[in-house]
Amino acid sequence: MSRYFTDEHEWIDVEGEIATVGITDYAQEQLGDIVFVELPAEGTTFEKGDDAAVVESVKAASDVYAPISGEVVEANGALEDEPALVNSDAEEDGWFFKLRIADTSELDGLMTEAAYKKFVASL
Amino acid sequence: MSGNEDATHFEDLPLEALPLDAWHRAKGARMVGFAGYHMPIQYEGIMAEHSWTREHAGLFDVSHMGQLTFSGEGVDEALEHILPSDIKGLKPFRQRYSMLLNDEGGILDDLMVSRLGPNEKGEPAFDGAAIYMVVNGATKYDDIGWMIDYLPDEVVMNHMADQALLALQGPEAGEALATLIPQTADLLFMQSGPFVWRGVPLWISRSGYTGEDGFEISIPAEDVTLLADALCELPQVKPIGLGARDSLRLEAGLPLYGHDLSPAVSTIGADLGFAIQKRRREEGGFIGHARVMKELADGPGAKRVGLKIEGRLPAREGAKIFSGAIEVGEVTSGGFAPSVGAPIAMGWVSLPDSAEGTALEIEVRGKRIAAVVAPMPFVPHRYRRKA
Repeated sequence: MSRYFTDEHEWIDVEGEIATVGITDYAQEQLGDIVFVELPAEGTTFEKGDDAAVVESVKAASDVYAPISGEVVEANGALEDEPALVNSDAEEDGWFFKLRIADTSELDGLMTEAAYKKFVASL
Repeated sequence: MSGNEDATHFEDLPLEALPLDAWHRAKGARMVGFAGYHMPIQYEGIMAEHSWTREHAGLFDVSHMGQLTFSGEGVDEALEHILPSDIKGLKPFRQRYSMLLNDEGGILDDLMVSRLGPNEKGEPAFDGAAIYMVVNGATKYDDIGWMIDYLPDEVVMNHMADQALLALQGPEAGEALATLIPQTADLLFMQSGPFVWRGVPLWISRSGYTGEDGFEISIPAEDVTLLADALCELPQVKPIGLGARDSLRLEAGLPLYGHDLSPAVSTIGADLGFAIQKRRREEGGFIGHARVMKELADGPGAKRVGLKIEGRLPAREGAKIFSGAIEVGEVTSGGFAPSVGAPIAMGWVSLPDSAEGTALEIEVRGKRIAAVVAPMPFVPHRYRRKA
């Protein structure tokens, strides 16, 4: 399994043709207490860059974009009951949705963990 | 991912630093631009800070607000022209909620006004001025400009730009402040007075913006760090940012100028008629009186109401409110209410839809969510009204 990152502070785990997407620990820290996550329905298809989810903190709503193109095969139902999972475990249990990858070449444009760390340090 | 920090960008001017700027940063605050200043939006997190204030005592830096004094012959008459509230009947050491209205009765700002008085030794507060006023930070320069035009030459308005303002709020605020200044224990809600702490003159009122018991403390900017440190050394007190200030005031049903109140809306529609005492309604003689009288007689076109929201999806400022297919209003403040455990909102709806219990819908990202007009405050006020 390989993990990729975007400059929009998302992480993407790729296993075969399935990509699991979430927001990074840095992102949840910036957002603060998360009170609601709006997730896409199964079967929704996204082009890279489409609005895919909305995360609501106490203070504001923020869009989460589809980091790559694909079809939603599962959304993380645990976030409905416990949106704060995104705060407590952003990069594992707090995942948002899984996509069936439409075009693996899109992964080439994403960052490695080392590159993302460097990117965050530069902010 | 993209966010929408709810920070007011103040006409693109460079942000200024408040007297406690370095203190906030040393406490780990995340700073944002608000009302023209770098201000702390949160320290450890909005939810934790909100709950701490409801259970213990929170310290808020509100030094961005405008602190003004008024003195000179005819000051009461002059202020009764620009404020709809009873100023002549305002006794020394008493504070009152009021507002500035424009000629059409629209709200230019909301504010606190109090009558100053001497300390026990007969020494005057704020250079012997008669009246002290606290106005909103984002509007203070507009307010000053507006008032200058209406004040006669004999009345002197002084903007105390070198004065900081702290708010200490929460059920343990009284106990906390009394450990530093025992005499503050005698103050009741909306009373104020001069105090001295380590030789520093303070003007303290028992009031605030959270619905809890608490104080607002005016102190020279050069001494504010010392007081903020002394307060935060107390076990009851933690620093609280703007984020929790907003969720606390929303639960308390208190309007936020620039959001729930604006020049487009009126006092009566805003349900703030209590700020206009009987004598003032009858006698008039203040800017905006005609609108007030008309709306008292005929009712306002729209009203500010509280909204309880079904489910967990918050409705934010700007969301449209519907009754069936008809748009009847708009959310002006909204978010998750930590002490309620659900989203709440404040908004303006047309008069026929403003009665408590009216079922409405709010549109959020193309979806309709159910909402009910609810009494405010959402969380009971706990002011200290009796000893």
